[in-house]
Amino acid sequence: MSAIVSPGAAMRLKRDPAEIRRHGLGIALLVLAGINLLLFARGTAGDVMTTFLLTAAPAPPVPAIRLHVLPTVLVLGVICALLGILQLAWRSNRRTYLLLGIGLALTGVAFLAWAGKGVSVDAEGLLATSLIEAVPLTLGALSGVLCERSGVINIAIEGQFLISAFFGAMIGSLTHNLWAGLLAGAVAGGMIGVILAIFAITYAADQIIVGVVLDAFALGLTSFFLQSLLVPQQATLNSPAVFSPIPIPLLDRIPVVGPLLFNQNIFVYLTIGILVAVQIGLFHTRWGLRVRAVGEHPRAADTVGINVPRLRYGNVILGGIVAGIGGASFTIGSTGQFAPNMTAGLGYIALAAMIFGRWRPLGALGAALLFGFCDALQFTLSVLSVPIPSPFLSMFPYLATILAVAGLVGRVVSPAADGQPYSRE
Amino acid sequence: MSAETTQRRNVKDRISSVPRRGNSAVITLLAFFSALVVGALIIILATPSVMTAWKDFFISPGHALAASWAAVAKAYGSLFIGSIGNPADIAAAFRSGKASDFVSAFGPISETVVSTTPLMMAGLGIALAFRAGLFDIGGQGQVILGAAGATLAGFAFPSLPAALHLPLALLVGAAFGAAWGFIPGILKAKTGAHEVITSMMLNYVGLNLLTWLLTTELYQAPPRIQSVSKTIVEAARLPHLAGPSLRMNWSFILAVLFIFGVSWLLQRSTVGFRFRMLGLNREAARVAGVHIEGQYVLAMTLAGMLVGLAGAFMVLGVDYRMAPNYGGTTGFDGITVAILGRGTPVGVALSALLFGAFTAGGRTMQVNTNIPLQLVQVLQAVLVLFVAAPGVIRTIYRIKVSRAGRVFGGWAG
Repeated sequence: MSAIVSPGAAMRLKRDPAEIRRHGLGIALLVLAGINLLLFARGTAGDVMTTFLLTAAPAPPVPAIRLHVLPTVLVLGVICALLGILQLAWRSNRRTYLLLGIGLALTGVAFLAWAGKGVSVDAEGLLATSLIEAVPLTLGALSGVLCERSGVINIAIEGQFLISAFFGAMIGSLTHNLWAGLLAGAVAGGMIGVILAIFAITYAADQIIVGVVLDAFALGLTSFFLQSLLVPQQATLNSPAVFSPIPIPLLDRIPVVGPLLFNQNIFVYLTIGILVAVQIGLFHTRWGLRVRAVGEHPRAADTVGINVPRLRYGNVILGGIVAGIGGASFTIGSTGQFAPNMTAGLGYIALAAMIFGRWRPLGALGAALLFGFCDALQFTLSVLSVPIPSPFLSMFPYLATILAVAGLVGRVVSPAADGQPYSRE
Repeated sequence: MSAETTQRRNVKDRISSVPRRGNSAVITLLAFFSALVVGALIIILATPSVMTAWKDFFISPGHALAASWAAVAKAYGSLFIGSIGNPADIAAAFRSGKASDFVSAFGPISETVVSTTPLMMAGLGIALAFRAGLFDIGGQGQVILGAAGATLAGFAFPSLPAALHLPLALLVGAAFGAAWGFIPGILKAKTGAHEVITSMMLNYVGLNLLTWLLTTELYQAPPRIQSVSKTIVEAARLPHLAGPSLRMNWSFILAVLFIFGVSWLLQRSTVGFRFRMLGLNREAARVAGVHIEGQYVLAMTLAGMLVGLAGAFMVLGVDYRMAPNYGGTTGFDGITVAILGRGTPVGVALSALLFGAFTAGGRTMQVNTNIPLQLVQVLQAVLVLFVAAPGVIRTIYRIKVSRAGRVFGGWAG
């Protein structure tokens, strides 16, 4: 359908898309520099210092970093500006997104220095919270990558999150076995994947409609059984334990990085493992080549003997399982109890992370970390007195995604056959 | 199959499905029946006494079946009574003629009407976008913005006469909703950004915007401790239809007028003709000289306006002030209403009535039987799932019916 529906896109693409992206990214970096230099540097007295705390157990204490706010902001702003100019002048289109990532990270540091004026910022805690927030987002986005790379749109991530959070808590509580809970969560997410696959692939129903309705279905079902079963029997059905951190010997003693990456619960390690597996699987194996072929041009893939429906079924169900693991982390990975609508739209942020990450596993990770950081920042900012209301920080992921799909920060392009049912005739 | 043949086939499917409307009614009825069956299974699972009866199934199978039937019948029975009312009470009210009897007898119908109205407007807006081949998934944000606009106008001018104030509040609400629909429209027209993604993201932008608004001096009710808006003054409120004790109000009449209006727009006006051309075949529309980018903007703006009015009706007719997360799932329910109504205004009106009755009845069911209200949400989702995939119904009941046209393609569209 894309070939027909988007002649408008075709007209726009007469300009070299890579060049548009390069310019867009360069301008974005310059905007970041502008924010640093104009917003943060203005009105900051010369002698204010911000302290960054970087120590967490069990790593040995690290001396806190004390920075003069004004020079820090100025230097970081100038670096951003230089990166932007470099980007605009550079002929090559490689590493552009890496540069954007660097620019965003530098702006983040400058922002914290400015926001933390004169007090200390628990940088380690902030990073740790960002990472925890990023875990379900990354898994949800990977679920989306798996489905959409094979040509099936998965809007049901939110529903998969909810239902697996529910079953993770219930089974984990009932059996007193967290692994059973994790398994139940994965299976529940996979079941939503099965329903999506049957409706979207076998019956060629509209995938976006099916996804939206599955979200409503999962929300209704979990709220219903929470009220009718879990609440009356809270102690047996909705009080699971939670996974405790598993320190990795020696590695967890590395200052700064150790507590962040090597003293976490199973979900963080699982996320890293799945991420690596999907990245390598998609881009370096025969399976991945087939998936991408089916997502871009199912007819061609069919012609060379790939079973398109079977591959799509596999991917959609696998995606459901991955999202299910992410969903289970909401209950047995953090708070324990299931609460009504506890994912509160995070499934849609995961979808946004997938789009912002341009349908790539590593991109999805980057986006999930960025969105997780925004979320974590709200807690930090409520302690510091900053003239930015926290709802505006909550908006950031959504606004960033709108900008991304509108092509203002480099155009994002979905797999060509995404959302289209395939039939052989 | 080549892209061209896909398109040709889609159009053929759609055209061929028009004269055989009866088939879609059959599908809808069977889907409704299937949803009730799924709901019954869920009720059985959630009722402990029935589950105990099932444990002894091999000793006394009759008991298990009877207990299940009783539980399901009681739940669906109170769903019905809660939505339409108890016929005996209504008859008694006419016999006694006392006002208090009428109020309690017609309470359920009034509540159904109250729940129906916003669903009708939200469904109507989303259906309008569907007909133009666009998927407006941003109903939640548009409801919030519409309500926020109406609320602002509703408390900001305390001395205006009612004849001016109410229309003004409705206009501002419509304008705010329209603005929230305009953004995805213009983004699609200018940059090709998919309206599903942008409007979905705008839902959450709107949600957070409201959270922020309710902390500002402009909106927050003094003494600014609670997170609620100022209260809309009397002059800007929609009058009740049948006395102050029934919440039914004029918004329902307005919504019915909008149903006729949009029906006329789609069937009889040039604008509607262009929308339908766009929805049936974008390329044909372009070749025929329709400026399709302009139509995107117009259709999304109109859709946003109608959905925004749903929010305005809620706040001006029932609640009179806003709290965080205002509107709940109205915007999303509007999608299911539009799908169930197959994108036609009359279909939307009927589906909204059904879901409104579900919602009103669900509350009674919750009180009478301890079956949570959320059962209704599950019923709606299952019903629409089956309607969206007629092939499933065809397989389950082994019947032959025509294919319904696809509403929508992929991200690339």
